[in-house]
Amino acid sequence: MDTTQIADAPPPTAEQKRAARGATRPGDRIFLGLSRGSGILLLVIMAAIAGFLTYRAVLAISKDDGNFLTTFEWNTGVNPPVFGIAVLAYGTIVSSIIAMVIAVPVSVAIALFLTHYAPRRLRGPIAYVIDLLAAVPSIVYGLWGALVLVPYMSGLFGWLDDYLGWTGIFSWQGGAARSMLTVGILLAIMILPIVTNVSREVFRQVPQMHEEAALALGATRWEVIRMAVIPFGRSGVISASMLGLGRALGETMAVATVLSPDFLIHTSLLDPGGGTFAQNIASKFSEASEFGRDALIASGLVLFVITLLVNGAARAIIARRKEYSGANA
Amino acid sequence: MKLQRMNRRALALGALAVSGALALTACGSDETGNPDGGSSNAAAPSNIKCDDASGQVLADGSSAQKNAVDAWVKQFSAACQVEINYKAGGSGAGVTAFTQGQVPWAGSDSALKPDEVAASKKICSGGQGIDLPMVGGPIAVGYNVPGVDKLVLDSATIAKIFDSKITNWNDPAIAKLNPDAKLPNLKIQAFHRSDESGTTDNFTKYLIATAKKDFPYEGGKAWQAKGGQSAPQSSGVAAQVKQTAGAIGYFELSYAKDGIKTVAIDTGAAEPVEATVDNATKAIAEAKAVGTGKDLALELNYATKADGAYPMVLVTYEIVCDKGNKSETLPAVKAFLRYAASEDGQKILAENDYAPMPEEIITKVRTTVESLS
Repeated sequence: MDTTQIADAPPPTAEQKRAARGATRPGDRIFLGLSRGSGILLLVIMAAIAGFLTYRAVLAISKDDGNFLTTFEWNTGVNPPVFGIAVLAYGTIVSSIIAMVIAVPVSVAIALFLTHYAPRRLRGPIAYVIDLLAAVPSIVYGLWGALVLVPYMSGLFGWLDDYLGWTGIFSWQGGAARSMLTVGILLAIMILPIVTNVSREVFRQVPQMHEEAALALGATRWEVIRMAVIPFGRSGVISASMLGLGRALGETMAVATVLSPDFLIHTSLLDPGGGTFAQNIASKFSEASEFGRDALIASGLVLFVITLLVNGAARAIIARRKEYSGANA
Repeated sequence: MKLQRMNRRALALGALAVSGALALTACGSDETGNPDGGSSNAAAPSNIKCDDASGQVLADGSSAQKNAVDAWVKQFSAACQVEINYKAGGSGAGVTAFTQGQVPWAGSDSALKPDEVAASKKICSGGQGIDLPMVGGPIAVGYNVPGVDKLVLDSATIAKIFDSKITNWNDPAIAKLNPDAKLPNLKIQAFHRSDESGTTDNFTKYLIATAKKDFPYEGGKAWQAKGGQSAPQSSGVAAQVKQTAGAIGYFELSYAKDGIKTVAIDTGAAEPVEATVDNATKAIAEAKAVGTGKDLALELNYATKADGAYPMVLVTYEIVCDKGNKSETLPAVKAFLRYAASEDGQKILAENDYAPMPEEIITKVRTTVESLS
């Protein structure tokens, strides 16, 4: 603003500068101080937490007898301690991918149905039921998973083994269905509401003009969705999926209740075993020694880094698709 | 429109209440003791000595002894004006809380280690933390094999089963121990704990002590053998054993309920030994005291061949300062531990599927409790 005035106006006084910043009256100044202080405080707290966690993690990793990144074992109680995050990283990523593969298409379908197909009278109740899903605590999902889902999964597992067992990914040796696939399905159900709700809001924002224009050109309802709604909503749906993915990556109690964890990587998604970062922390924390806790903190830091990478990737994707975003519509 | 919105809110509240109630019942799912059974429901025994005990006592530690402590607290607080709050956060958490001075006593599945004793000296002015064995528990090996009502195993076979070296119920090694049983051709599904646990620690200690060749692991609170499946907490393992045909798993005896059958162990004694409270007490009587001074830590004799001694046991300790307890909590803690070690206190254990301490050990505990200062 100042730069446009420079041409013929005298240089602004200190008073004017302050006026330009908008902080003249005491209330403004107090508010400015408060908000700036909160911002700085937040950064300081974050830095302190990060510093503390890193310190504890380094303490633990320096005493690790195995390789922190590649060891297939978690034994902090023995001397020398051996622990590694390979299985946890694999399990966390695989279960989240399964959850995303199942949940995102279903969520987008539900969102499109709610915004473009459902009769007006049905929209409210359906949206409401989906909201309710989000309110269920994760331990309840875990109990439901362990008591209801797991026993019923054996049918599906048998079927997958019969027809897709040759792939190796879907071979099944029997045993309880407390495997990565079950966990993935449970996580899919858990992240469904958030992905659906955000996608629905995004699809609702599609400018009426785009849709009417498409209709005027003779497009069917499906063609309108394909040509106007989905391209417009794509970055929003990606954001929604990332929110869901964040929940799937960090889900703790439900996974700990349903999975039968061990420290091996199984090629088959149907074999019981594997583990995730959050599940491992929840399982081991209460009985862990001080050193064991440091090791768990180290694994938590890795999860943090993975989450950061995923969010960064999502931002990059969204940035590339800026031309479709609502700001330019 | 407005009516609709109100309905929504009411519905949401209702849903919240329902899910909240579910979550609460979830927390209570570990409760397997039988607080309403037996004489524990009777009027408070008059022979609890309260002295000047009063106020509130916080404690933390082993979840294995939670049901025992709950039963004691119920009796004790009916007689004395003391509120005792035992948070079964796990042995590790309990010892940490104790050495940091947050709780005047803690429960633990294993005796204090030297560095933990050193840390306790800061809290106990002029004294140190000591272990008082108070609660014993048989670790039962439960199984679910259709058509097999009685199963005898020895430690080598148990080790091989849990190390995935024996994988089918009709294995000759099992058949040899059970000549009369009709063993099916069924895959064995061995369940262990997925969380770190004193139960795992004691179970593997037994296997290592008696079948080192077949269980070549170091032991500890985390499960180390390869293969098998896992579930969180004793209740989780017990639930899986109940649910899955061909399953076998280990947990404290109190979880072996609702039709879960337990393995009798061939220890080399005349008869295979059943997992019962009495048999566990007999095995604990074979233990050697290894603590120095007032510390009463025990070293269990897992290889015992005494008749009727069930060797797969765990002993949980109450950890307190021998000297230098905080003056505001000392009377309450002392009175409570005195009651726990008393004849009545130990009798309640058996009613809750725990093993009372053998006479010789509990006498020493009583003397030590009286000397706490």
